[in-house]
Amino acid sequence: MIPASFDYIAAKSLDDAISLLGKHKDDAKILAGGHSLLPAMKLRLMQPKVLIDLSRIKDLSYIKEEGGQIRIGAMTTHFQVETSDLLRRACPLLPETASHLGDMQVRNKGTIGGSLVHSDPAADWPAAILALDAELIAKSTKGDRVIKASDFFVEMLTTALEPGEVLREIRIPAGRGKVGQAYMKVRHPASGFAVVGVAVSLSVDGGKCQSAGIGITGVSPKAYRATKVESALKGNALDAKTLGAAAAHAADGVDVNSDLYASADYRKQLAAVYTRRALETAASRAGK
Amino acid sequence: MGLTMAEKTVGKPIKRTEDPRLIQGLAHYVDDIRLPDMLHAAFLRSIHAHARIKKIDVTAALKLPGVVAVYTGKDTQKIGAVPCGAAIPDMKTPEHKVLATNKVYFVGHPVAVVVAETKFAARDAVDLIDVDYEVLPVVTDEEKAADPKSPVIHEQFGTNIAYKLTAGEGDVDAGMKAADKIIKQKILNKRLAPIAMEPRGVVARYFPGEQELTLWTSTQIPHLCRTSVAVMLGMPENKLRLITPEVGGGFGSKLNVYAEEAILGWAAMQAGRPVKWIEGRRENLQATIHGRGQVGYVEIGCKNDGTITALRYNVFADMGSYFQLLTPAIPTLTGLMLSGCYKIPAIQMNVVATFTNKMSTDAYRGAGRPEATYVIERAADLVAAELGKDPVEVRRKNFPQPNEFPFKTATGLFYDSGNYQGALDKALKMADYTKLREEQKKARKEGRLMGIGISTYVEICALGPSSAMPAGGWESATVRIEPTGKVTILTGASPHGQGEETSFAQIAADELGVSVNDSTVIHGDTAVVQYGIGTFGSRGLAVGGVAVYMALQKLKTKAGKLAAHMLGVDAGTVKFADGKFTSPAALSKQVTIQEVALSAHLAKSLPEDMEPGLSASSFYEPKNFTFPFGTHIAVVEIDRETGDLHFDRYIAVDDCGKQINPMLVHGQVHGGICQSFGQALFEEVVYDENGQLVTGTLMDYALPKAAMLPHFQLDSTETPSPVNPLGAKGVGEAGTIGATPAIVSAVVDALSPFGIRHIDMPIKPETVWQIIRKNSAGAA
Repeated sequence: MIPASFDYIAAKSLDDAISLLGKHKDDAKILAGGHSLLPAMKLRLMQPKVLIDLSRIKDLSYIKEEGGQIRIGAMTTHFQVETSDLLRRACPLLPETASHLGDMQVRNKGTIGGSLVHSDPAADWPAAILALDAELIAKSTKGDRVIKASDFFVEMLTTALEPGEVLREIRIPAGRGKVGQAYMKVRHPASGFAVVGVAVSLSVDGGKCQSAGIGITGVSPKAYRATKVESALKGNALDAKTLGAAAAHAADGVDVNSDLYASADYRKQLAAVYTRRALETAASRAGK
Repeated sequence: MGLTMAEKTVGKPIKRTEDPRLIQGLAHYVDDIRLPDMLHAAFLRSIHAHARIKKIDVTAALKLPGVVAVYTGKDTQKIGAVPCGAAIPDMKTPEHKVLATNKVYFVGHPVAVVVAETKFAARDAVDLIDVDYEVLPVVTDEEKAADPKSPVIHEQFGTNIAYKLTAGEGDVDAGMKAADKIIKQKILNKRLAPIAMEPRGVVARYFPGEQELTLWTSTQIPHLCRTSVAVMLGMPENKLRLITPEVGGGFGSKLNVYAEEAILGWAAMQAGRPVKWIEGRRENLQATIHGRGQVGYVEIGCKNDGTITALRYNVFADMGSYFQLLTPAIPTLTGLMLSGCYKIPAIQMNVVATFTNKMSTDAYRGAGRPEATYVIERAADLVAAELGKDPVEVRRKNFPQPNEFPFKTATGLFYDSGNYQGALDKALKMADYTKLREEQKKARKEGRLMGIGISTYVEICALGPSSAMPAGGWESATVRIEPTGKVTILTGASPHGQGEETSFAQIAADELGVSVNDSTVIHGDTAVVQYGIGTFGSRGLAVGGVAVYMALQKLKTKAGKLAAHMLGVDAGTVKFADGKFTSPAALSKQVTIQEVALSAHLAKSLPEDMEPGLSASSFYEPKNFTFPFGTHIAVVEIDRETGDLHFDRYIAVDDCGKQINPMLVHGQVHGGICQSFGQALFEEVVYDENGQLVTGTLMDYALPKAAMLPHFQLDSTETPSPVNPLGAKGVGEAGTIGATPAIVSAVVDALSPFGIRHIDMPIKPETVWQIIRKNSAGAA
């Protein structure tokens, strides 16, 4: 439980962090809330030589509406997301997801950006970010690069971030029509991570589904969009039969994880059941 | 006359006086001990479950700046073996050296220790030690270990069988022959990790001039640990001072003597400087004892009316690779308690105890008794299922009546007192059992899976008479009244979360007519407290508390004599109440206990033959164990689609005899039920086929958390124990003993429409879902 020796640098600004990252390259890791990185270091699974801490940079922590989008700074804590009035009104999926994440201590320190960049296959945020069709803004010495959520999660613990890039912002497009959202999760009894986590964002117009975003985490080596479920919903009335039939496709075409707690078979079942339940909740919320 | 009765505190739910310092982070644990010039130790532990050590190269580690010394098994040969205090006839005891010498036997086996200026340097140096291993075949399954074809762990024995033991009385074969039905079932009690919140830790300091070694260690048994470590180090016992500061939980895992305790003492002597080691959680999971670990086969015979005629339990008991302090004794406790709260004329347990390439098992909350209760309660349910009877009816049929106590079992015990019907009736009433069964019928019609589980248990507490214990079953107390009237209680029962600082002060308050806050309870320092045994086996109050009570009686006798002297009356006429001595022979006068104490210390006028001071000690030897009991009821509803278990209700009626502090009783029952839910639904130490510990962190090993558990509806009955003057029985382990079968029984009951009669723990949702899926396929 004692990490290997490392240097620590508190970056003064985002540009400072980017320049430090350029200097130390693979020896360095960016430190956000530290809730994934530090435990890994204590177990000596990771032994970075340099930590570049973003926590002193004030302008990376915010939640605002701008240009028809919701913008969230990468260093915004889970707790800030969970308790944001703006998000509870404009994008309740995010506060709901945050409320399922870790425990109060983790939510107080951990950040949305840190979690996304870690790309844990059982983390909660990826499901929500995929369901919302978010954009992730990475900055490097070359300036900003916009990465679509569906391109961001490459594989287990690997994202589309290039060397030298730092995630600085998450952008959520504003929903159209009547929007209903939900996040539902089976918590692993030890870790609290998602055995299955399903995030749903539906927009409904005239009783029919206009758009559907469904992100699923915990099921496969990386979080994914359940595109077959989405296409089974679009343009249809959201009755029980449609939702059930659509949800059956929750784990179509993905490699399903198997571990001590849940076999692949069981996980597939949980994915279908939780997708249906999340759809039902989201559809009912859209109707209100 | 005119005096108000001082309010009695015994029986009142008084808040724990130890809590403010704990809640505010002001308490001192081993890790809070920081001494000048202190060095730090870190252990290199085996990464293999079974391997021969060909070579250890410590050169690189020694070169690391800050490293003071690196010791391997060759260096520590003079340290005596880690002790085992239990003896079974013909058992094979492997010599348990403090560091592995020729072979490693389990993942986590200590191979070398680094002593360094900082804990960081010590930990870094561990990575620089190069061990050349020859990996050997592994056996992890306790049943397969008995197979002569399995790899042999301790070659000198030529077998992995540590011992075989048959226990029990009565003619089991005849009982089975007389039975209308015989039911057999394989039943598992898997390995569990105790996981005290505070891991182990040791600080050692040696003064060469005084030749005095002081060890601060997180233990439940300070004196027994002192004796053992002194023997291991070959030093006079009275030159070793052992101090247990605050102990953050033990659950039996600190009822032990560990290699690290002796190594740290030895290392401090070598270095001439204090040395500290604090166990990490990963080490805690690898190298602190585990509990349970039984693969059992139960066979129960019964008449058609539900009368049990005989019970047989054949069990493979997992020892791990070495014996720790009580390892081989744990299955014998299972054997003692197999009768449960039933009249069973013939009982036989056949144990095959085996060595496996895993950490040692030993006492974990309940220690052998939860296994027994689980076996007999599952068996009682199986009888009910076989006969198509209500599980309550089968239990009632076999209960001894309250007037049959002391009740002799076919396991050789005398149950002290009991009213099993009373606790059962109360619990059934709280649950509204008849209505629950109606609800269940309705639920089943609707296709819902609802289950009701019942456990009626009895356990064995207040361990125990010395004749039945490896190293003394008595307990000690000294009570002093200081010149200012404050009361000092020294107890040998070193608590680690049981609230004895409060409950012992309550006993003193009522006996002396002082307030609870007037007493200070001192424990856990062998230089201050008289020899004692420790806190385990639900004995803190029912043995240690009784010792306090006994010492108080002696103290009061002396105080009474002095009071008579002060009142100028005959000692026989003195009465003591509410802290005041009076006599009908001197109606206008009284002396308080405080005045007596001051007079005893000033010693200006004492009766002839009376020594100054006011202090008394008791070394109390209990006549028998005590046998608390109760009924637990769990109600579950299963999510058919996911196998999720929703425990809607949990009802427990426990009878632990006379309660000194009902709030402490509640706390103990709560904690115990939580750990029962852990065993029943979540917890399992998993080693893979190579002996690698799969559940090596708390990200993998699932401890129950508050949000995962239902509300507990608790009540009690109170059947005093005739064994001791307090009438107290003990309650520390009741929850882990009584609850597990009820939880499993509820799930089995919910799935009984599918013909399910037993499911092994931990019952995971997937297991339940697989059962539902298998049985629903093709069903309407």
